[in-house]
Amino acid sequence: MDPEPVIRFDNVGMRYGRGPEILRDLSFDLPRGSFQFLTGPSGAGKTSLLRLIYLAAKPSRGLISYFGRDAATLPRNELPDLRRRVGVVFQEFRLLGHMNVFDNVALPLRVAGRKRADYAEDVAELLTWVGLGDKMNALPATLSGGEQQRVAIARAVVGQPEVLIADEPTGNVDPEMGMRLLRLFAELNKLGTTIIIATHDLQLVRMLDAPVMTLSNGHLHIRPPRSERLRMQEAAEAEAEADRIAAAPAAAAPRSSVDPQASDDDTDPGQSDD
Amino acid sequence: MTTRIRGRAMTNPIPKPPSGGNGRLLPPDAGRDRPLFVVAAILVFLACIAGLGARGAWLQAQRWTTDLETSLTIQVRPAEGRDAEADADRAAALTRAMPGVEQATSRGRDHALALLTPWLGEGNLPDDLPLPLLVDVRTRSGVTIDTAALQAQLDAEGMAARIDDHGRWANAVRRAAGTAQALGLGLLALLAGAAAAVIAFAARASLAARLDVIDALHLCGAEDRFIAGLFQRRFFMLGLKAGVAGAVFAGLVSLLVSLGDAPADMAFFLPQWASDPFEFVLLACAPVLAGLTAAISARLAVASDLRGRW
Repeated sequence: MDPEPVIRFDNVGMRYGRGPEILRDLSFDLPRGSFQFLTGPSGAGKTSLLRLIYLAAKPSRGLISYFGRDAATLPRNELPDLRRRVGVVFQEFRLLGHMNVFDNVALPLRVAGRKRADYAEDVAELLTWVGLGDKMNALPATLSGGEQQRVAIARAVVGQPEVLIADEPTGNVDPEMGMRLLRLFAELNKLGTTIIIATHDLQLVRMLDAPVMTLSNGHLHIRPPRSERLRMQEAAEAEAEADRIAAAPAAAAPRSSVDPQASDDDTDPGQSDD
Repeated sequence: MTTRIRGRAMTNPIPKPPSGGNGRLLPPDAGRDRPLFVVAAILVFLACIAGLGARGAWLQAQRWTTDLETSLTIQVRPAEGRDAEADADRAAALTRAMPGVEQATSRGRDHALALLTPWLGEGNLPDDLPLPLLVDVRTRSGVTIDTAALQAQLDAEGMAARIDDHGRWANAVRRAAGTAQALGLGLLALLAGAAAAVIAFAARASLAARLDVIDALHLCGAEDRFIAGLFQRRFFMLGLKAGVAGAVFAGLVSLLVSLGDAPADMAFFLPQWASDPFEFVLLACAPVLAGLTAAISARLAVASDLRGRW
């Protein structure tokens, strides 16, 4: 595993104003190039956690480090640069209604100070790739939900971010489009981008063999990917088998099967109560 | 990603990116800023009028005090056994000999009677009523006449003459003019303050209406000064345009007032077009100041909003 995770949370807590703590004692690493789902019931703090990850909010306590930089000691003028390394697809897209598709997608490059002549072709190519090559001059309001979704995704990835966060990216599209988007994210992940997808859609979660972070009552539970769980289960069974064989001469030993994941089928993470 | 995904799954040739310049990052105001424009223009107009009015009051007061300061009046009282007319002529001659005196004219009895007519009517006075006679004296401006020496000379001639240098009036006029001027400047300051407050308030409102844009720019990694700069430019132009409209209108109004033949004493506090550099400087500065006020308040509003984020 990469010695330096792209983002590290250490005992992070967050509250708004003097309200109750929305997030409590979150500690986890996002390894470089990893892919994870984030799920949990509404109101569990998913949006707050995402806001922390994309540098829109500060933790009330605990340490977060972004790309090896401690958030608490980051001078304000270095934040924009870090934000450019994190791409976000918002649930409600947040496209700018007065700008056409091309300008919306080019926005991150523009605020980074790049010249239009440098990026115009790249943006056009990206838009073609997401199937919107012929809608570059359209205003977002004239697009369908799925098309707006793709514009939002194009805007999130155009600056080649190291981390891509997508909040309910399949919430507004039909299952088939959801599949295509997931494949797109998997593709980007293969190219090295660290990906977090917040979703309620368990169908989607089951399609990939990825760890699932589940938020519930402000606490985070991380379930390893299925393949790892199987491996752990097999290892545990093998160990039990070895124990049994070792204990065989004693004959009367009861069959002990201490399986840490015994009840672990793909239960609904949303109903997890830890 | 774009460079790395180049060449993937492209069946169609890449269409040309839209030509032309960058789209505006801030949405066009779509009429939302029009009330602000109107209010700012009106405030700038009023401020210009107040400025020109204060200037007019100052000019008028200066004219009056100059009038008073460059004139003296000698009153020759009739005395037993003396020819008042001869005394007045003699006093005028003595005064003319003083350094700094431009002109000294003795006014006869007819003049004195004419001065009384408005109060006493014509022909109601007996011919032998003793009347004080007056000597009008014009002095060169900036020169102080040695009234004590003149008085001594007149006394030496044995005439009952008294010199009035209008000092009391000049002081009163100066005080009145000073008050008018202070009033004008106070009004100017008040209007400028009101304009600044209104523009600042509007800048905040306009900002609140465009939080989505700020949000998007902020999370795309735009620097604070980049975002503040957008609003600053927008509001500078708005303030400048409103200022130009207000100043041009104020200039026209003062020109009309000057062309119309309002009597000088009525024009005391009206903006007068004196065609001196002051008017041009005031009317040229007003739009720039309005623009700067708008730009600064927009910048402060955006900066405080952004500081409230992370």
